[in-house]
Amino acid sequence: MADRIDLTLKVNGADHRVSVPPFARLLDVLREDLRLTGTKEGCGEGECGACTVLLNGRVVNSCLVPAVQVQGAEVVTIEGLADGENLSSLQAAFLTHNGAQCGFCTPGMLLSATDLINRCPNPSDDQIRDGLSGNLCRCTGYAKILDSVHAAAADGGAAR
Amino acid sequence: MRGYLPDFDVRVPASLGEALALLAQAPGTLTPLAGGTDLMVVYNAGRLKPTRFLDLSRIDELRGIREAAGAMTFGALSTFTDLRECAAVHRHFPNLVKSARATGALAIQNRGTLGGNIANASPAADTPPSLLAYGAEVELLSVRGSRRVAYDRFHLGYKVMDLAPDELVAAIHVPLPTGRGFHYFRKVGTRQAQAISKVCLAAWARVEGGVVADLRIGLGSVAPAPIRARHAEAVLLGQALATLPIEAAQAALLEDISPIGDIRATARYRSVVTRNVLGHMLRELATL
Amino acid sequence: MIGASSIRKEGRAKVLGTAIYTDDKFMPGALHGLTVRSEVPRGILRAIHFGEGIPWDEFTLVTAADIPGTNLVASVVDDQPFLIGIGEEITHSQQAVLLLAHADRHLAEKARRAVRLEIEELPAVLDIQSSLDLQTVIYGDNNLLKEIHIAKGDPDPVWAQAAHVVEGEYRTGAQEQMYIEPNAMLSVVEPRDGALQVTVWGSLQCPYYVHGALRQLFGLSEKQVRVVAMEMGGAFGGKEDYPSVNGGHAALLAWKSGRPVRLIYDREEDLACTTKRHPSRTRLRTAFDAEGTLLALEADFILDGGAYATLSPVVLSRGAVHAASVYRCPHVRIHARAVATNTPPPGAFRGFGAPQSLFAMERHMDICARKLGLDAVELRRKNFLRMGDTMATGQVIREDLDLASIMDRALAAIGYRDKRAAFAITNQEDGPIKRGVGFSVFMHGCGFTGNGESHVASVAGVEGLADGTVAVLAASTEMGQGKNTVFAQIVAETLQVPVEQVETAEVDTDRVPNSGPTVASRSTMMVGRILEDAASGFKQALVQQGFLAEPYTPESFRAAVAKAVATLGSLRCYGQYHRPPNISWNDVTYQGDAYPTYSWACYAAEVAVDLDTFEVKVADFAAVQEVGRVVNPTLAAGQIEGGVAQGIGWGLWEEVTMQRGRMVNNQMTNYIIPTAMDLPRMQVIFLENAHVGGPGGAKGIGELPMDGPAPAVVNALENALGALRLDEVPMTPDRLLDRCEEVSHG
Repeated sequence: MADRIDLTLKVNGADHRVSVPPFARLLDVLREDLRLTGTKEGCGEGECGACTVLLNGRVVNSCLVPAVQVQGAEVVTIEGLADGENLSSLQAAFLTHNGAQCGFCTPGMLLSATDLINRCPNPSDDQIRDGLSGNLCRCTGYAKILDSVHAAAADGGAAR
Repeated sequence: MRGYLPDFDVRVPASLGEALALLAQAPGTLTPLAGGTDLMVVYNAGRLKPTRFLDLSRIDELRGIREAAGAMTFGALSTFTDLRECAAVHRHFPNLVKSARATGALAIQNRGTLGGNIANASPAADTPPSLLAYGAEVELLSVRGSRRVAYDRFHLGYKVMDLAPDELVAAIHVPLPTGRGFHYFRKVGTRQAQAISKVCLAAWARVEGGVVADLRIGLGSVAPAPIRARHAEAVLLGQALATLPIEAAQAALLEDISPIGDIRATARYRSVVTRNVLGHMLRELATL
Repeated sequence: MIGASSIRKEGRAKVLGTAIYTDDKFMPGALHGLTVRSEVPRGILRAIHFGEGIPWDEFTLVTAADIPGTNLVASVVDDQPFLIGIGEEITHSQQAVLLLAHADRHLAEKARRAVRLEIEELPAVLDIQSSLDLQTVIYGDNNLLKEIHIAKGDPDPVWAQAAHVVEGEYRTGAQEQMYIEPNAMLSVVEPRDGALQVTVWGSLQCPYYVHGALRQLFGLSEKQVRVVAMEMGGAFGGKEDYPSVNGGHAALLAWKSGRPVRLIYDREEDLACTTKRHPSRTRLRTAFDAEGTLLALEADFILDGGAYATLSPVVLSRGAVHAASVYRCPHVRIHARAVATNTPPPGAFRGFGAPQSLFAMERHMDICARKLGLDAVELRRKNFLRMGDTMATGQVIREDLDLASIMDRALAAIGYRDKRAAFAITNQEDGPIKRGVGFSVFMHGCGFTGNGESHVASVAGVEGLADGTVAVLAASTEMGQGKNTVFAQIVAETLQVPVEQVETAEVDTDRVPNSGPTVASRSTMMVGRILEDAASGFKQALVQQGFLAEPYTPESFRAAVAKAVATLGSLRCYGQYHRPPNISWNDVTYQGDAYPTYSWACYAAEVAVDLDTFEVKVADFAAVQEVGRVVNPTLAAGQIEGGVAQGIGWGLWEEVTMQRGRMVNNQMTNYIIPTAMDLPRMQVIFLENAHVGGPGGAKGIGELPMDGPAPAVVNALENALGALRLDEVPMTPDRLLDRCEEVSHG
């Protein structure tokens, strides 16, 4: 039986300390220990991207990250994208352009899109497709998601 | 999540020396854990056999991409994103960049490592064909010392490697290509992104005076491990680009591969498509 | 309001990550439930063995012997048990045998693996042909779950006289809905007033289906069961009937343990055991005169219905009615059968039988055109249904239907003629890439087939709230399609208030009436129409009781509602479905108006095939449809784009690989749905032709886009590659290689 570890990490700017098994998944730490349920589990195999978060500024599948590897890390989840009541421009664009249908892929999709816009402020269709290709959506056929990302880029990118 | 969480334990060495010492203490009982993009999938599915792990993520000695003495050295913890973002890799090893881009999607590329891709020993991994094509060497470390193995002799069978239980894949050395080079990478996956390969072919050739002076072809997903297409290479070496014996090379290729049928593709499909992709590669080479 | 792209009502919560899906609901003290399944396709359950090393006394265990009411899932036919008991017959590989629950979900998983089932295996029937062969009889005395005959005229004398008779056989594979949120249920069962009170929260399309199933399972009255639909991460039919099963399982564990129970499937389990699109085999025979006029059509349409009837009778019904597609034909005979096999029961998936039979017919029309030496466009144009024509069931087309315009619009959008001409030349070149364009013309019946609406007799309502806003009361669920928004638009339009003044009440059977299941492209057209009535009644009540004077402003309306609620305590108005007087249907003869109306469409696809790898890329896609009045253009386009994506997936990549009656590619890695890299930009074009029966003239759109892509894409493949045996979907690279080799080997 493995000893639990004292895990300290910064999530959406706030410091947290939790005691978890070393192989607890970051996804479960977020959802169960921190009750940040915006991050979703769609497959548990790193395929759907619903559990995407930013880990030290990079998108990762939180279902594939063991707690032991996030000691001292900075994590951004969907709950960290808005500034209080003010949606980020990507969130606003997804809302206006119907980029979210059932909404289950949306948190992961928005984090990947945020990362994309940060790296590439005016992406082409192909760059968006590439940047979001790790986030499966079954509702939209991706068309309205592409529209949303273009709209957010035109609106000044991920900056709020 | 089907892994039985309490069963799993992990050691977190702070340095390479400590890591090697831990590996040496009871060889074979600790499984190195890098980006976790392969291991954690199996863990989630409840099919991960090992339960004790050696977390390499704090070992900075295993990071970094360096160029020296006609070769480029990739620390085993170099991520696919590191490969994608390194200008020198783009310049010298375009196939490696394509391999990295073809591995999962960005979230995987940010975590998955070159060393992990090698040591996980999946026949369907995307960087091994490129490493084979570029004549890479694997540097293995243990408390007993260091040794280098030519990558095309590293995989010995399905998930069998020339890797002792106390050894760690520490770095990958790839000689810088010289001369007039030809680089080719083609992954045939189950879809255009976030796919597992059904056939993967990477090639590098050096052309001198219109003749194939040097050629290495690496293949994935068509044998129990990543392999060189030595029979096909032999047919092509020394041949003039103008008269490449494409059909003979395709016939020889069948001696190199031993594809299986599985849920992703039939053996027949893999065999035909590997031939076709080789043909495509050679037609491109012919126009160099 | 109708016709405006109002913002998705629950969209803000979705982009903030605050929308609460089933697994997000916090339930202190909850146990984690798991299901132990049979793994063999057929046999007799002899014993359940509990392995060593598990503290079994800490577990809640439920077997068939525990079930307090009836061990049958309420459905079209009540033939499926919730759990198989000792000595009973296991009929498919995912049959639930034992439910277990523990507070530690990891220990629960370990325990599941420690259970060993002793099963005496029996010979199994695993596909359509072996079910038809009757070597082994597994259901009734003929393995038939349902059989339907539809007859019009008499085709028999026609075959000998016709200039051309063309026969073909077509197959379609199972398809997984692959909603991104796997199936999930929560349950609490507690005593209340000396009786049981069963509550289930879940990811479910049809609260009253689950409600009925729980009542039967526990033997309870209506008031003792409560079902709440949580935010749903996609469904597409996959959460239509299955939630009656896992909802029952969750409730059984909650009842036995006296604790809240979470029953959250992981992806592997969801893929292996929940419903899929029915695999099909269709044999078609058509007769034409020398000019290409369709004279007779015979269809033998078979669905693999799996181990129990579940929804197969109604899926078969829709498939059979759509089998003759959009063509005028004097002599039609349709023989439709759903056969039993020892596989997990398929169920509802967007399209519901129609994509299967329409794939066959729309491929067949292209093949007929080739065999008759006619142009596929002109052959269709000659035979399209028009106003006054009679369909196979005797239904008369009463609307001003102009399929030729729809087709021409799609062909123009894709550049059909120019591309055909260009590809005819470029495909002669040596390179491995071959290009083609193809199309399909089709319809989708809106709402339930036949008398479904009359049987359900849906009720929906409108309620005034204390703050003067209005709530929509309906059991229709939001699964991403936009129901919350569209209902609000319809009610707001009727009330002449801004859409912001209308919200949707939580879908909780304690609060909302049974507006029927959220299926069959019926919510906007059927429930929307009822809501129009309810909203009219609501406004009338306000006026008649003196709270509201016309004309009014949104503010005065709001004040009137607030005052009425304060004065009366509550104000609700309901509407109910009434069958329009000019519609009739006979369930026995399959004659009459199968649907109140149809949506019509032509989809066109351009493909590029790489003959080195047999990969197919859909390079362009045009979807032109006539769907009555479009209530919300942005949401409607989203529905079409998403449906087309699923249709392309079904046509090219999505394959359920079965071995010994089990899905073996039950991971997202191995069941291939399209990523953003795999799909083209689509052209979505609505031609509006208001329909009198729907709210503001709207018809159904949800399922329509699933019907057309697969035949359009495969017809385009034939254009690219010539006359290969392209008779099946998904036309995977493996299959395409086989078909190419058939030709090269003669």
